[in-house]
Amino acid sequence: MKHIWPIFRREFAAYFATPLAYVFIVIFLFAMGAFTFYVGHFFDNNIADLSVFFGFHPWLYLFLVPAISMRLWAEERRTGTMELLLTLPIPLWATVAGKFLAAWAFIAVALALTFPIWITVNYLGSPDNGVIVASYIGSLLMAGAYLAIGACISATTQNQVIAFVITVAVCFLFCVSGAPLVLDFFRAWAPLALINAISSFSFLTHFQAISQGVIDLRDLVFFFSLIALFLTANVVVVDLKKSGG
Amino acid sequence: MIEIEGLTKRFGPYTAVSNLSLTVNKGEVLGFLGPNGAGKSTTMKMVTGYLAATAGRVRVCGHDVETDELAAQAAIGYLPEGAPAYGDMTARQFLLFIAEVRGFKGAEAKARVTAAVEKTELEGVLDQPIETLSKGFKRRVGLAQAILHDPPVLIMDEPTDGLDPNQKHAVRNLIRGMAKEKAIIISTHLLEEVDGMCTRAVIIDRGQIVADGTPAELLARSRYHNAVTIVLPATMRADALMKVKNLASVAGTEVTVNGDTVTVTAFPRKGALPIEDISALAVREKWDVKELHAEPGRLDEVFRAITTHDAAKTKASAA
Repeated sequence: MKHIWPIFRREFAAYFATPLAYVFIVIFLFAMGAFTFYVGHFFDNNIADLSVFFGFHPWLYLFLVPAISMRLWAEERRTGTMELLLTLPIPLWATVAGKFLAAWAFIAVALALTFPIWITVNYLGSPDNGVIVASYIGSLLMAGAYLAIGACISATTQNQVIAFVITVAVCFLFCVSGAPLVLDFFRAWAPLALINAISSFSFLTHFQAISQGVIDLRDLVFFFSLIALFLTANVVVVDLKKSGG
Repeated sequence: MIEIEGLTKRFGPYTAVSNLSLTVNKGEVLGFLGPNGAGKSTTMKMVTGYLAATAGRVRVCGHDVETDELAAQAAIGYLPEGAPAYGDMTARQFLLFIAEVRGFKGAEAKARVTAAVEKTELEGVLDQPIETLSKGFKRRVGLAQAILHDPPVLIMDEPTDGLDPNQKHAVRNLIRGMAKEKAIIISTHLLEEVDGMCTRAVIIDRGQIVADGTPAELLARSRYHNAVTIVLPATMRADALMKVKNLASVAGTEVTVNGDTVTVTAFPRKGALPIEDISALAVREKWDVKELHAEPGRLDEVFRAITTHDAAKTKASAA
């Protein structure tokens, strides 16, 4: 923990030291609002809940989270600070965890700033606040999973654009792995067990399960183990680059 | 304090560092020289744990860099090439971050930063973002970061690159001041720097050590070592040249004419000191001497001779 803390603090402060944080938060909130009210017809639905709002989260994260994760390692490599960071007496796992947690905390701040919409539905009607809390938790977990994937990919390159594009592509596959788009490709030849396994990787399925208001242990385990898996991969990638140069 | 044994680094088919062994003790300031691409930076990156070695081992203060990386890294102050730092932080924030990572807290962290800032004369720019600083200040922020925890081992990749002559002088004094208590490795392209602050010079070429000695020992390898240069009016050229050449201590001469003066450089026979003979000759002949001096040797010439000669030899043996 004592190793993670300085890294976390530096990374978290770095978001607010540049316009990045403010631009991101403004766009994030604007996009959330625009989708909810115009695309999702929030008012026309005449239902006091936030299912429309949360329904757009997987798709917004698909582009916004890679924009945060792309710089995590690629930027350090490009500016040479990677050499400084990796020669400081910090275990590599702590650096990986500190960076991830700082980015996650930053997304949590952006997500928390959507609270006016929660107030709005409570003003308009009497929604099930338990469902809304569960949805917020699910949304944050899903953002963490996108972020872990993005962090790992960012470590493989010093080009942020490449990191962004690949992350969007990989996250998209995870997002829709329960949909026919992906499953039809496998259905022709793969055994049923594999197809089930692939569809169980779908972020959408797990997120929708949580946002029904039921926080099932399986969904939590899914997101946490996915995060752990990609952060471990992140450590391995950085370590491999040490010997590859 | 730094023990390097059989260190090798290959990038694919390319060998950057080849079976390099070196020990640096406390009190030594080792100047690491070599042409671009000779493997200086790669070696430093392996010693500091940024790159993993293909073969060989490095121990810093007894800690193996591979198996006991954190302990080794805690003992090292490292200034990477180009002095990278987080540009969006101010110098103060950056140094406090380093202090915190190095395990200092609260008042002690502040005291450490203050001490490092004083040594590197950064007071004036402490609250400016690093990306707005000039190259010289950036370099000094990097230096401050490296010496902050008063490490027993200092490794600096071109510490004076980009500094003006006054700043270079200050950095050299700083390094000389710390030398007694530490083992220091400095890579540089500036040969006068080696003479000015290093107790030992190692020249590497193509990943291998091609020379290792004190700066004086390296100078002794120069063909200009103890050579004598005498400047005379151009009219005396033929007469003087013949008489200098005939001296027993002189092995050969080199002559250049500049307008109305002629410069004669006399190379000594092995172990001889022609300065005495030549000054006696000049007095005897009542020459109108404009200038007369013996040379300690020229490092740049030694450097060129060693690094290009070896390259040619490798080429020949490969063919």
